[in-house]
Parts: sequence; C-alpha cells; structure tokens
Amino acid sequence: MSNQQNFGPGSVVDPNQLNQITQAIAGLNASQLTWVSGFVAGLAAAQDPNAVNIASSATTSVAEPAGSLTIIYGSQTGNAKGIATAYQAKASEAGISAKVVSMADYKPRQIKNETHVAIVVSTHGEGEAPDDAVELHEFLGSKKAPKLPNLKYAVLGLGDTSYEFFCQTAKDFDTRLATLGATAIVERVDCDVDYDSVAAQWQDDVLAKIKDDLTAKTTHVPVAPAANSATVASIYNKKSPFAGTLLTSQKITGRDSIKDIRHIEISLEDSGIQYQAGDALGVYFLNDDTIVKRILGAYNLNEDEMVTVGEESMTLATALTEKCELTLSYPTFIKALAESTGDKALSTLLADKAALREYLVPRQIVDIAIDYPVKLTSQQLVDACRPLTARLYSIASSQTEVEDEVHLTVALVEYEEHGFVHQGGASGYLAKRLEEGASVKVYVESNDNFRLPSDPNTPVIMVGPGTGIAPFRAFMQERDAQEAAGKNWLFFGNPSFTQDFLYQTEWQSYVKSGLLSKVSLAFSRDQAEKIYVQHRLIEQGAEVYEWLQAGAHFYVCGDANHMAKDVEQALLNIYQTHGKQSADEAKQSLLALRKAKRYQKDVY
Amino acid sequence: MSDNKNLIVEGKLAVNERIKGESNFLRGTITKDLGDDLTGGFTSDNFQLIRFHGMYQQDDRDIRPERLKQKLEPLHNVMLRARLPGGVITSKQWLAIDKFADDYTSYGSIRLTTRQTFQFHGVLKPHIKLMHQTLNAVGIDSIATAGDVNRNVLCTSNPEVSHFHQEAYQWAIKISEHLLPKTRAYAEVWLDGEKVETTDEEPILGSNYLPRKFKTTVVIPPQNDVDVHANDLNFVAIQDNGKLIGFNVLVGGGLAMTHGDHTTFPRKADNFGFIGLDDTLAIAEAVVKTQRDWGNRVNRKNAKTKYTLERVGVDVFKAEVEKRADVMFSEPKPFEFTGRGDRYGWVEGVDGLHHLTCFIENGRILDYPGKTLKSGCKAIAEIHPGEFRMTANQNLVIAGVPGELKAKVEALALANGLMPQVSQQRKDSMACVSLPTCPLAMAEAERYLPDAVTEIESLLAKHGLADESIIYRITGCPNGCGRAMLAEVGLVGKGPGKYNLHLGGNRAGTRIPKMYKENITDVEIMAILDELIGQWASGRQANEGFGDFVIRSGVIAEVIDSAKDFYA
Repeated sequence: MSNQQNFGPGSVVDPNQLNQITQAIAGLNASQLTWVSGFVAGLAAAQDPNAVNIASSATTSVAEPAGSLTIIYGSQTGNAKGIATAYQAKASEAGISAKVVSMADYKPRQIKNETHVAIVVSTHGEGEAPDDAVELHEFLGSKKAPKLPNLKYAVLGLGDTSYEFFCQTAKDFDTRLATLGATAIVERVDCDVDYDSVAAQWQDDVLAKIKDDLTAKTTHVPVAPAANSATVASIYNKKSPFAGTLLTSQKITGRDSIKDIRHIEISLEDSGIQYQAGDALGVYFLNDDTIVKRILGAYNLNEDEMVTVGEESMTLATALTEKCELTLSYPTFIKALAESTGDKALSTLLADKAALREYLVPRQIVDIAIDYPVKLTSQQLVDACRPLTARLYSIASSQTEVEDEVHLTVALVEYEEHGFVHQGGASGYLAKRLEEGASVKVYVESNDNFRLPSDPNTPVIMVGPGTGIAPFRAFMQERDAQEAAGKNWLFFGNPSFTQDFLYQTEWQSYVKSGLLSKVSLAFSRDQAEKIYVQHRLIEQGAEVYEWLQAGAHFYVCGDANHMAKDVEQALLNIYQTHGKQSADEAKQSLLALRKAKRYQKDVY
Repeated sequence: MSDNKNLIVEGKLAVNERIKGESNFLRGTITKDLGDDLTGGFTSDNFQLIRFHGMYQQDDRDIRPERLKQKLEPLHNVMLRARLPGGVITSKQWLAIDKFADDYTSYGSIRLTTRQTFQFHGVLKPHIKLMHQTLNAVGIDSIATAGDVNRNVLCTSNPEVSHFHQEAYQWAIKISEHLLPKTRAYAEVWLDGEKVETTDEEPILGSNYLPRKFKTTVVIPPQNDVDVHANDLNFVAIQDNGKLIGFNVLVGGGLAMTHGDHTTFPRKADNFGFIGLDDTLAIAEAVVKTQRDWGNRVNRKNAKTKYTLERVGVDVFKAEVEKRADVMFSEPKPFEFTGRGDRYGWVEGVDGLHHLTCFIENGRILDYPGKTLKSGCKAIAEIHPGEFRMTANQNLVIAGVPGELKAKVEALALANGLMPQVSQQRKDSMACVSLPTCPLAMAEAERYLPDAVTEIESLLAKHGLADESIIYRITGCPNGCGRAMLAEVGLVGKGPGKYNLHLGGNRAGTRIPKMYKENITDVEIMAILDELIGQWASGRQANEGFGDFVIRSGVIAEVIDSAKDFYA
C-alpha cells in the first residue's frame, strides 16, 4: 500500500495523464478501485521493482527468443512418446530447444505460460481421451480454461481409421485450443495405424513454421497483468468477506476410504485478494436447510416469524440459516433457554457442569431441540444461539501456481444420529450442499507464524498427516515457483495407502522433478501395528537431526490434541538420542528452535 | 545355414532387448522398487522384468478415471500366474492358495486360466514377497510363467487314462524344468535367498532370454484340450498298445496378432515328425535354441516362433533343430484330434480311482450367492487325499478320489454349485480375464461371457437346435488368451463394447476362423448370429458343425495358410 502514496496527483503524473486516469476509473466502486490500485502497482513492479513512474503503454519490447517449444504427448501405448522424443531431437538439430512432457505430468494451468505447443495424442476406445490425457483434455474444455491468445499450437492425432471416432481426442484438442483463442501453426494431422511418414512430415512442417516464429528478432507483447503479491491489500476481511465462486469440490480419498476428504477450489477472480503460503481462509457457510426445518419442527415455530439479530430484522428461517451457530453446541444455549423458559429439565441439566459437558460433546443444536422441545418464542431461540462464525482452513495453494484461486483440503464431517444425517457446518457446505459454480463468502486470515524460510536455500521438514497436508501443498507450489534450492522433506500419514494418500500424484511428480527430496509415509491401518508420523520421525531420527543441524525449518500441521504432541515428543527424543542431550537440554533446543522461528505449528 | 544374414533380422534391437540385457539375469532394480512406498507400482524396466517372475503389474481399470480425479495413482497391484506344469495341484497346496486369496488379494478369487494354472488378482506391493514365500512353502513357484521364456507347460488333463496321463504329465514337468531360467534372481529377490557370488548362466535361454513368449504343450489325442495350434511347441503323445512310445512334434502355432498390422496373424503349428521318448528334451532344447538365435529381436510384433518359421522356411528351421539336437525326425505317426472340451462329471480311471470334472464358468473360483465355489473347493481339499487338476478350458478336475470318499466329495460339490446343470453351449464357451484388471484389454470378455452365452442359448433354441452348441470364445484383445482364433465363433476385443467377429474355426481346433465383420457391437453380433444360426438350422448336413457349415455354404472363406489367406 505504501506505493500508492507515490502516485499522488501533481507529483509524478502530469495533468493530462491525471485526466486520462480519472476518466478510466470513473464509475468504479470502492472494491474495484482497490483492485485497480493493486493492478497498477503490479504493472509498476513488473517493469521495475523500485518504480516510481507508471508505464505509459501496456506493451514493452522483449528480446528473442520470443518463446519456446513444448511437446506434450498423451497415449496408452508408447507411440506418442516415441514421436515426441524424436521430434525433440529434430527440433534440437534445427537449433530449437524443446521440452518434452507427458500429459500425465503436465500441469494444465501451465498452458497459459506456453508460447508454442506441439501436441501428440492418441484416442482411446470410443473417442475418449487416453488416461494420461484426461486431465488436460477436460481442463481445456472446462470453464476453468484460460484464454490463450498468445499460444501457437500444432496437433498430431494417432488413431486407427477402423474406429468410428478416429482421432477424436486430437480433434478435441484442436477445437478447444482454437476456441480459447490459440492459433494453429499448421492444420491438424490425423495419422492411421501406419503413422511413421505422416508424422515425420508433420514434424517438418511445424518445425519450418516455428523456426520463423522463434527466430523473430523483437516482438511487442502485452505486459502480463500480474500484480505483485506484497503490494496489494484487499478490502475484504472477516467483517466484509468476498463472494468467491466454488470451482471444484472433489473427493480425494478413494472409494473404499473410511474418510471423505475434499479438495476445494474457490475462485477469487476480480477480488484482488492476495494470500501467502501458510495463511488460512475463513469460510462462511449457510446451515443445512433440513436441519433448520427440524429445529423449527421440534420447537413448533413458524419459519416466517420476524426476529431481530443485532440490528437487523429477518425471518426466523433466515436467522437460523445464516446467523446462528447450529453445528456446534455450547452451554450458553442451555443456559439461555433455561433462563428464558424456566424449564425444569434444562435447569437440572445446567446444574451439573460435568454432565452438561458430556451431554453436549456429541450433539448439535438440533439434537438438543429434539431432546428438550421446550416452549419458547422465535426471538428467545435466536437469542440463545451464538452468532455463526466463519471456519478457518489452512490454504492448500500458492498464488504463484493458482493465481486467482484458493485451494483447501477439507475433511467432511458427516454422520447419522437420531435417524438423520448430521454434517459439519462448513465442511458439509463445501463438500455436499454447495454446488460447483455457486458463490461462497471467504476472507484471508494471515498467519505470519507459519511461513516458509525467507532464504530459499534453507531446508524444510514438513509434518502434515491427514488434512494437515494442506499448507505443505502450498509450500511446495511456492518453492517450485521460486525454484528454491533448499531440500524439502515431507512426513505424511493417514489410514491407508491405496485410499488416503492425499495428493499422491502431485507428490510423485515433485519427487520426480527433484523438488521433494524425501517423503516418509505412515499408513496406520496397512499393517497389524499402527504406524504414525511420529514413528517415522523417530525411525529417521539421525537424518532429521542432521537436517536440523543444517538449519532446517520444522513445520507441523494438523491435529493438536494427539499428533502435534506426539511429534513434539519425537523431536525431543531425537535431540536426546542423536544430539546426546539431556531431557532438559532437549527442551532448551526446542525452545531455541521455536524462538528462531524454525519450529512452527499450525494445529487445530 | 552358413549364411546367417537371412536367418537373423538385423536392425535396432527392440527396447525389451535392452531391458533384458541390462537386467543382470532378471534382477533389474526390483528390490529397490519394492522399497519405494510412494507408489504401488514398478518403474518401467522392472514393470517388464517382474513378468519373468510370473507377475504382471495391473490396476483396477474400472476406477482409473475416478482415481485420476482423486489425485491418486491407479490402484496398482500385481496379478500372479503360478507355474503348475499340467495344472496339477495337491490338496495341501490348494488350501494354502485358498487362504492367501482370502487374506491378501483384492478380488478374493482363484482364477483358473487357459494356461492350465491359477492366477491371483489384486495383490498389493507390500504383500508380493509374502505371496512368493507362501507359495514356496508349499512347493509352488511362478518362474517364467510370463515374459520372453518358455511358459507353463500344458498337458492334456484327460482323467480316463490315468497311467497314460501320469506319463505325459511327467514329461510336462521334465520339459518345464529343463527349459526353466537358471538365474537365482527369483530366489534372491522374492525368497530372500542367499546371494551367491557366482556368475549366472543361461545355457539354453541365453542372457537375453527368448525374443518373445514361448508356449509348450504335451497333448494326448484324440483330445486337443490344450489347443496345440495356439502353442509354439507341442509334443503329441503317440502310444502303442497303451504304452507311450514317443511324440509327433508340432512347431510354430500361435494366435496373437496386432489390430491393423497385417504382418501379424494367427498361425497353425507344423508337424516336424516323430521322435522317440529319449529325444524329447534334446528336441525341446533345440527348438528353443533355434528360436532364441533366429527369432526377430528387432520387431517384437514379429518375434514369435511362427514368424521365424515363415521367414526362414519350415524346412530350414527343422533341419537346424535336427542338427542342434543330433536327432532326425521320422515320418509323423498318424493321430487325430476329435474335440477340445472337458468330460464333465465322474469317470473311473483304470487304476480304480475316481475323477470328477467340475464346470467352472470363466474359471473364476469365488463364492457367489447360491454358488459357493471357493468354499466348496476348500471343503473338498480338506478331506481329499488326491489332487486337483486345472484344465486348459479353465475347469477343475478333482482327481484320484478313492471309492469310499466319492459320495462325500459329490455331496460337497453338489452343495457348493460345483456340479451345475448347464447347457452344452455354456460348456463350449470361453473367455479370457480382460477387464477390469488386464492392462491390454480393449473390450469386456469374462464379464460379458455369461450373458452372451445366454443369448446364444436362446438363439439355438429359437432355431430348434437347443441340444447343439458352437465353440464360442471371447478374447479381450488380439493377444488372444481366450483363444478366439481357434473358435467356430470368435470375438476379438477392439474397443469398449466393440469386437471383430471371426467365423469358421472347427470343433477340433484345427482351423483358424476368418474375420467376418470388423468393430461391431454385441447387438450387431447377435443379429448376425441369429441369421446364420437360422441358415445353419435349415441347411446343415448331418452332424455338421457351425464352423464347417459357414465355410461350406460360402458365408466365409476357409483359412488354409494363414500367412497368405487370413487377411485375403
């Protein structure tokens, strides 16, 4: 925000420019203006980090090469890979360095950073994309797909004319890329079973065209409107959340898992919201309709009756859906009800604190309503409820990777009691009740106590079993983008390898690329004895100690009650065993680590 | 034979040749992969090498797209194919595999296969070593049941001529053992066997093993249950006064092909002639070595023995075998194949013991509602002192039951659905495993077969042929484990719900069916069969089989020399 002061009228812009700017922003509301301020600051930062001047034009001159060639292949058999690899060699002979990547390893969003792409793809069965290609194929056809006006592409289809949907996947790629605004370098070529010569011809044709493109001396390209993360503060906060859009709610545990964990993607498009790896997202939710109806029924109240919440007047149904905390239970609810209704049974329950606590733990407000259907007014009910608060989730993405999206890893709470389904407030909302494309109110809760080391060379150890994995996905995306040289070691655990290995394929590709140096896994139910992350830490104690001695930062995310304590105990154990320290010295070491901000926890 | 240029295909060797050559006698880096807990699969070279140890990496293809979205890798597991020459397994061994299937496989089944052995499906990586050790403890291994080696040796399971079967079966074991890889890799990798500081040697297979898979049978005419023409090397038992005197040797059969590649085709085996018993192993070794040295190592699609014969000529190949074995083939002895099906129900052997052949649809031994096949086999194994024999038709023989146990075994078999009343059509139908586990499958086979047979049964009934049957086989891909290329009606998977329809094989399995229609749906196939069965019903000669009829009536041309006329 400090940059904004430098843009004051009369200092760096002349009256004419000021006039143009004023015209351009006329009619924008407060949040749009804030966004523009960040956008403009980003432009400045992109041109020169210390800029005091604003660019007068949105284009700039860049030197060659004006792009690079990426060859992306996808097929069930090795044919496409063979062609792609051969093509790379050919390109290299022509003086063009090309990257070859399998669609299985290709991050779909990466496509918008490409300039020249050659796609070699086969078609599966009845015109479907081969398994490796499914993700990219779907992405390019989805509403998430970015516009690609600067992309040049060529598609080679591999197929068999005896099939009805000959080279359908190649055709899809062709049309989808064209629809997104990309330009075909040459017309798509569809090969039959005997593809060698046709494929070779296509390679030569494309290469000839690309060579022209890539040897162009200077071109003018628009400056990417990437705002610098540090320069923008959002006007959105807990009091005034942003209405984001739920893009994806995808179950990421297998069909036989005992858990239902969701990967959630929310669009923050046009909000100007910036967050950092380690931050949390506050999510507001609406209570479950069916639960509201059950409460109304239990108390025999009319949903249309008007009540007052704070200073607002609204119907009882609206208040219960939007304003009242219904999925947690709390003693003040019993207290307020006992006092306002004078009900004896409730007073008795209230008198024994221990019994009350025990009673409340497994219950939501609806269960209390069913157990104690006292006679009360609508206003008394609303007044007895705590105000609904947002739920905080550790953010599972980095904006260097996902830009204007935010990702979460959410464990769905859902169980049956009293013959009907109970859900967690926000988890049920995000996972089940909210449809993709619908709006959800969110804000960023900054967490400066959970940050990657400022030095990209510093090694990090991340312990994140279950949904505790979330911030480490953000960390790895961030470190990947930074091309950070520091080593990264992930400890993850969950019940079963085949069902609960959250983001397995992403960790696999990070290991393949070398970003993740080590992954230590603890799947508690895959063998007779239960194995947890703390056991893996102790097993690997010598090396953990080595990493810590080398300056590693140590992060823990997840369950506070058991896991975090057990992990801390394991750390103490490691200092004692491998650092030859006494119990006291180990405690001191840990304290020092914490003070140096090298031991950070995000536990709940 | 001095001009090696024509005998050996020059060129850049196929990728698998590099993998085999670098594998240090099939060890590769399998042990390292076993320690990698980030994935349930094997890396690319080891993915190939574990086949030589009898395993295929597979995954549940039904849920592959779902898991991709879940950011989970495919549900990798392995399928194990045991080595059981002649398909013989003792009760004690049966109980061990029954338990392992329950405890450690995702499908919980024992799958009898067309290679006359059993397969476990769905074993996760952490349990693979345990699996081999469990099998080893009861004397079973899975060496060389897949990969470029001589695979499980088949033997006719005819239970009537017990002593004769016993002799033939002993030869199946001897041939299997003789041609087995000698590397200690299996013991070292899976059984934690001691690492011996000696250099491995493969005097027969060579350090690069064979160019491609190699399949061997011992067959007792007139039964052709093993389907000789699907195999590279066949020893046809010749008897004189009830005594085994030697074999006719049939070389170069094989059914695999590649869609769209006309240099590949199914081919029948050639009869090289008769040899005496004493020359059996020498001939087996010489055939394998000739194929080892002359087989195409440049193009795997043309690497099998059948293509070597086509390329160098049958006479040249045969002369080389004679030279290497120092044995001359004499004139073939007469023999005849009359059929391929199993004889269901009880038969009494000449030794007075009883044999019960059970029909197992698709060879899948599992407990189904009202059909507790797996529990039934287990209960029988618990009281049965003899053995079980898996047949090349994927059925099960409870062999060598003493008279006093016969009633008890029968009661158990009846109670558990092992003696079902099924039509001849169902008995004459067969499918490979295919989806969801086989990575090569292009269309359903096993899961489609039961309904398909029901439809054919009703077509036969509709045309007044309810007591007749057609050899009907479905194979999920053109590699052809379901042996559709020796069926009267053969379906080869082409894509989801689509098949190539072949017609014109015969009941004895001595004629290859030709493609009638390409890439058509099950509905289209049934419509065609409805029409043709109708014609067969009205136009057939006495006892004329469906396959013979479609050729005589000109519906389809006869395949005589498949190299020339399969695609003509």
